[in-house]
Amino acid sequence: MTLQKVLSLNALSKRFGSVVANDAVSLELHRGEVLALLGENGAGKTTLMNMLFGHYMPDGGSIDVATPSGDMQPLTLGHPQAALSAGIGMVHQHFTLAENLSALDNITLGSEPLFALRRDRAGARAKVQGIMDRTGLTAPLDTPVGKLSVGERQRVEILKALYRDARILVLDEPTAVLTPQEADTLFENIGAMTRDGLAVIFISHKLREVLAFSHRIAVLRHGVKVGEIATSDADQRVIARMMVGEDTPTPTRAAMTPGAPVLTLSGLGLRSAAARDRLTDVNLTVHAHEILGIAGVSGNGQSALAAVISGLRRPDSGSIQVDGVEILNPNPKTMIKAGVGRIPEDRHHDGIVGAMSVAENMIIERLDDPLVQSNGLLNRDAIATNAKTLSQSYDVRGPGIDAGARLLSGGNIQKLILARVFEQNARLILANQPIRGLDMGAAAEVSRRLLEARAAGAGVLLISEDLDEILGLADRIMVIHDGQLTEVSSRNREDIGLKMAGEQT
Amino acid sequence: MIRIEPRNAPGRLMTLGVPVLSAVIALALAAIPLALAGADLTVAYGEMVKGVFGSVFAFSEMLTRATPLMFTGLAAALAFRAKLWNIGAEGQLYLGAMAAVAIGAGAVDIPGIFLIPLIIVLGAAAGAAGMAVPALLKTRFGADEVVTTLLLNFIILIFVQMMLEGALQDPMGLGWPQSAPILDQGMLPQLMPRMRMHSGLILALVLAGVAQFMLARSVWGFRLRAVGENAAAARHAGIGVNRSLFGVAILSGGLAGLAGVSEVAGLKGYLTADLSPGFGYTGIVVAMLAGLSPVGVVISALFIASVFVGADSMSRAMGVSSYLADLVVAMSLLCVLVGGFVARYRITRSKPAVAAA
Repeated sequence: MTLQKVLSLNALSKRFGSVVANDAVSLELHRGEVLALLGENGAGKTTLMNMLFGHYMPDGGSIDVATPSGDMQPLTLGHPQAALSAGIGMVHQHFTLAENLSALDNITLGSEPLFALRRDRAGARAKVQGIMDRTGLTAPLDTPVGKLSVGERQRVEILKALYRDARILVLDEPTAVLTPQEADTLFENIGAMTRDGLAVIFISHKLREVLAFSHRIAVLRHGVKVGEIATSDADQRVIARMMVGEDTPTPTRAAMTPGAPVLTLSGLGLRSAAARDRLTDVNLTVHAHEILGIAGVSGNGQSALAAVISGLRRPDSGSIQVDGVEILNPNPKTMIKAGVGRIPEDRHHDGIVGAMSVAENMIIERLDDPLVQSNGLLNRDAIATNAKTLSQSYDVRGPGIDAGARLLSGGNIQKLILARVFEQNARLILANQPIRGLDMGAAAEVSRRLLEARAAGAGVLLISEDLDEILGLADRIMVIHDGQLTEVSSRNREDIGLKMAGEQT
Repeated sequence: MIRIEPRNAPGRLMTLGVPVLSAVIALALAAIPLALAGADLTVAYGEMVKGVFGSVFAFSEMLTRATPLMFTGLAAALAFRAKLWNIGAEGQLYLGAMAAVAIGAGAVDIPGIFLIPLIIVLGAAAGAAGMAVPALLKTRFGADEVVTTLLLNFIILIFVQMMLEGALQDPMGLGWPQSAPILDQGMLPQLMPRMRMHSGLILALVLAGVAQFMLARSVWGFRLRAVGENAAAARHAGIGVNRSLFGVAILSGGLAGLAGVSEVAGLKGYLTADLSPGFGYTGIVVAMLAGLSPVGVVISALFIASVFVGADSMSRAMGVSSYLADLVVAMSLLCVLVGGFVARYRITRSKPAVAAA
């Protein structure tokens, strides 16, 4: 590996109000190098990359980028166009593609002259083909992007950056939407690209892939770069400690014998025009003292399944039994009454009413409870006492129980929801992506509470796109693909990955 | 580079200060057209103040004008709290007034102690029915209530005109398009001798107080706020969103209907097609200026009525157009909207490589 410098971030700082997102972060990147940028949510990774790409204006610091001939030149800050022409390409977590245009048009879009009389499509095609041959990144160029798989779309995004002669490529959590096999292919392609001299920064919080595919690891914590280490010198423990600042205890899952079924779905079907909202003949049983994990790539019916169990959507066919009783009129209220506790996927959107107080959000699911209200009037003292107790026992930290719930951090919002759900002694707990976006401390707390509920006799249905989370928590694993569920007996990543991709084995 | 960033939480000073400041700025801005009209500014503003606070009669006239605005303001405030955009208070007001004359102008001849409550209940019910239609269209078919309520206003007004030349026309009215007068015992009692001020004002104040209390303290108010602030989360938590919306729609329509009852049975005595100079629409401004708080509605209705009455008296004294009042009201709405934005967001200038505040 040559050590020719291509990028240097010099003491970049960015504040949002009183929050310091980045505090004098410096980084260097060399030709042909893969640098993994690690950190918990909110550590400042995305802010840093957004400054590099010109989306944010740094409050302090500078950036130097190498020209094609290798001289370091200062980059004009705050202008994405300047970053693009300096050879910096960024692939966001959420793709920015026009679905109705072909892959080729998407790749060339924006890099063509505005007032040319005709487009040089043949030249463009030849250039893209050349890149595909060199790197092994392939995508059907003439197919509308809307018809491509997620993996293919991601390759189109990367091709788009390379087409603009990117010499530095930033990938923001590239594997979040991929199956393990797709992820492996992606990293092979990245390997081929770096042999051409491309330098890559990839943001991730999956330690496994960071260790397997990067050359160097930089760790951010609370906006400060806390460490940098050659990947060959690192292992999971070392990095985790750098990220969190201490060893986090991994929750231990004691063996338990499952009890009676608490949730049975039989022949459940949900019709929808959109494939991601469809369910076909779903059968599953969750027992007491059991965590059933539903693994799958994003957009394969997880949201639909969660919506049915939450009572938000009525299934078109099939039946739902909670604790042995069939739910004849499924809606959120009947499901809550039947003993289903729901941790929604999008906690800001479905979990809390941000403008209402923490105390009010803690009782929002039990407005009929005589402890909460008498004769239609809210029992304010009881609501406040309840909020104080729950805030304490669930460690909900924020400006107080009367402050708007939107002022809480993501982790504390999740704790508020946990308090609401677990205090009702639910028979079944539906946990849809309960850990996503949380820092390690809050994530460990969620895992601990889920295991506690299991020990106390509840059944847990855990839906997650993070296979490690499922492998760590679930007693049994099912895979959802294209709205259909299949049980997997093995706990082998390869086998589960194949099922997630829809291969019948 | 100028950036707009949300503030953490608008403080108490902001929520109270913004509407007050908006009102002051709007009044100050009225100086521009006044000066253009060639009026002496100190005299003009003096006449305006005198028109409201100059005598007991002037003040009672202002309260009389504020009464329907309190009803329509409450109608808008409650509906808007649930993010139900009822723009149809004008039409619902006429429905309420129509019901009041239909029952009160001789259809039944019973003592006032029965007739007045009957008029009030039927008037509110008629307004509620007028809002039930768009609410049903919204909850069942997803029809945008802004469009349906707004357009219903015109339909209702033309229906009123038709009725005033038909079934409801006063047989003794020499062919004028107006209804028969409400029976004497059906009129809302006056509050002071020789003043037009009537007990509709008391009803409005009581309802504002009740609404304020119920919003903050009742389960019904809790549901309403939850639905308005985040319907998805409310639904997820088992709150019947459509039911709440329908309930508040009925209430909002009923309050607007009461504005009509109060005008017809408290003030005019009979119904004409020009009963309301846009009370329904002005109610929206009242509610916005009040930050959708029921008690705030009372205060902002008093302010806007003062502007109207003051500007009327000024225009009589100085010969400038009384449309100035509409101008001030419209400008105060714009100021509140801008002010509300300023309260919720901060606008910052950031310079390259310089630490921002």
